Amino acid sequence: MVPALTVIVALDEFCSWLEKTPVSLTIQTAEWIIPTVQTLHILSIGLLMSAVLMIDLRLLGWSAADQPVMRVAARFMPVLWRTLPVLLLSGLIMIVAEPARSLENFAFQLKMLLLALIVALTYNVSRRIDTNRWISASAWMRKGFPLVSLALWVSIVFAGRWIAYVRVQ
Amino acid sequence: MTLDQLLDRLYATPIATVLRENALLFPWVEGLHVLAITMVFGSISIVDVRLMGLASRERSVDQMSAAVLPVTWAAFTIALITGSLLFASNAPGYAHNFYFRCKLALIVLAGINMLIFQVVLNPNTNRNAAADVIPRSDRIVGALSIGLWMAVIACGRWIGFTMIGGS
Repeated sequence: MVPALTVIVALDEFCSWLEKTPVSLTIQTAEWIIPTVQTLHILSIGLLMSAVLMIDLRLLGWSAADQPVMRVAARFMPVLWRTLPVLLLSGLIMIVAEPARSLENFAFQLKMLLLALIVALTYNVSRRIDTNRWISASAWMRKGFPLVSLALWVSIVFAGRWIAYVRVQ
Repeated sequence: MTLDQLLDRLYATPIATVLRENALLFPWVEGLHVLAITMVFGSISIVDVRLMGLASRERSVDQMSAAVLPVTWAAFTIALITGSLLFASNAPGYAHNFYFRCKLALIVLAGINMLIFQVVLNPNTNRNAAADVIPRSDRIVGALSIGLWMAVIACGRWIGFTMIGGS
């Protein structure tokens, strides 16, 4: 069998197994759990996106230019790192409830790819700011990162909403 | 014309029809709506936690408002426009949805809370720039604002689960 096909079959089997586990069935049966978890997910997205926007606008010099980059990062980076686990956990609950709806969904897969990319980039930039190395970054990097960051996070939010509309066979 | 006739007329407008019948357009508008409303909540919460004295205390309320509220207003405008489009696509359905009505009422309450702060409380509040003391009125307004916007988002999500064909 072709490797790609093996992965798809394995993923299919994993999803069918997961959706029959007691924990998945419990989430599916209790009607309030999914809307509550989704609300928590959206609220966390709001906190994360606003923190990201504050950092990126400062890096671009479009807002709070009177404040040092380090201070703006010290205020808002922790918001990002604290809401991310909440987002992953609430996302995980949604996956457990309906594994195939997300794991086999192109919008979800794209979302995870973009997420991994921006988290890695942001971690790197965050370390540079903390250790006072951001000033010595190239001008391309200093203006490019915030723009890429905004574009990726917005794409992640849209991809998330598209999960509900992309049909999974 | 009764309200129901008005809703039916809105439902029949070309723009509402396009949104309803185009399978791609609705998710894009809805995605933009979700993005905008998360930015409304997230940005206003930055001002609210400052009002409550929980963060950014080295900056004044006015400084925080000047830096953040333009984002809130821009996001609210986008949320209002996209929300109106989504509403038009199924006007009678949304208008009779319990959670939609709650959501509108909560937005009005959040607006009143903000107006009371801007018009009555803020001009009469004595603040130090460093904010050693957080006025009680500031704490109450901040807490109410965060709570109301959280409830707005919760209602929004519940609309999706209580509308026929929603997701």
